[in-house]
Amino acid sequence: MIKVLLFAHLQEQIGSSHITIKESFSNVKEIKEYLINKYNLPHLNGVMVAKNEEYAFDDTKVNSGDVIAFIPPVSGG
Amino acid sequence: MKRYEIIDGPIDTGEVIKKVVCNEAGAITTFIGTVREWTKGKRTLYLEYQAYISMAEKKLKQIGDEVESRWPGVKVAITHRIGRLEISDIAVVIAVSSPHRKVAYEANQFIIERIKEIVPIWKKEHWENGELWIGDQLEITPLVVEGEEKR
Repeated sequence: MIKVLLFAHLQEQIGSSHITIKESFSNVKEIKEYLINKYNLPHLNGVMVAKNEEYAFDDTKVNSGDVIAFIPPVSGG
Repeated sequence: MKRYEIIDGPIDTGEVIKKVVCNEAGAITTFIGTVREWTKGKRTLYLEYQAYISMAEKKLKQIGDEVESRWPGVKVAITHRIGRLEISDIAVVIAVSSPHRKVAYEANQFIIERIKEIVPIWKKEHWENGELWIGDQLEITPLVVEGEEKR
C-alpha cells in the first residue's frame, strides 16, 4: 500500500490531499504513470517527487508503506 | 525552541530574532518577506500558502545546516507562515546571526534563494478576476524535454 500526497493545483485537480493505492509498484516512475492514466494528469512528468520526505527520482525504488509526495514547482518565500 | 518552523498564524519577528541571539554574534540580519499588492500591474487581493509541513521544516533545517557549515559561526532561524495572508502580512522571517556583518547579509540572501528552490511551500494568488497557484519563481524546474537536435 502506498500513500500519495498531493499539493497545490494537483490537490485541486484530483479533489483530495491524499490517496491510498493498493497496487504495488517497483519505482516512482510506475506510480507516476498510474496516476497520469487514472486521473488524467499529463503534466505530472514535470513535477518533482519526494519519497518519505526526501526528493526522489523516477528510478527510486518504492515499497509498501512508503509515502510518495508530488511536489509542483515551489513558490514559498 | 524550534529554529525551523511552519506556522499558520502571524509571525512574531522578535521571537525569530531571539532564537539566533548569542554571545559570539556581532551582527544579526533579518529578512522579512511580505505580501505585495501589485505585481506587474495586477492587483492581489490576498494570498494563500500551503506546505508539506513535515518535509518543509526538514528542508528549512537542511538549508540552515548548509549555511552553518559554509559560514562557521553563523546561527540561523526561519519561520514561514501558511494559510490565508492579507496584503502586507509577513509570510517569512529569516534571522541570521554572525560574528561579522558581511556574512550575516550573505547568508541571509542565500537562504531566501534556497527556500525558493527546495522547500515544499506553494503560494496561490487571488486576484479580482481569478486565482492561480504560482510556481517556478526561479524558472529552474527540471523539465525533461525530448527535443529534436537541430543541425
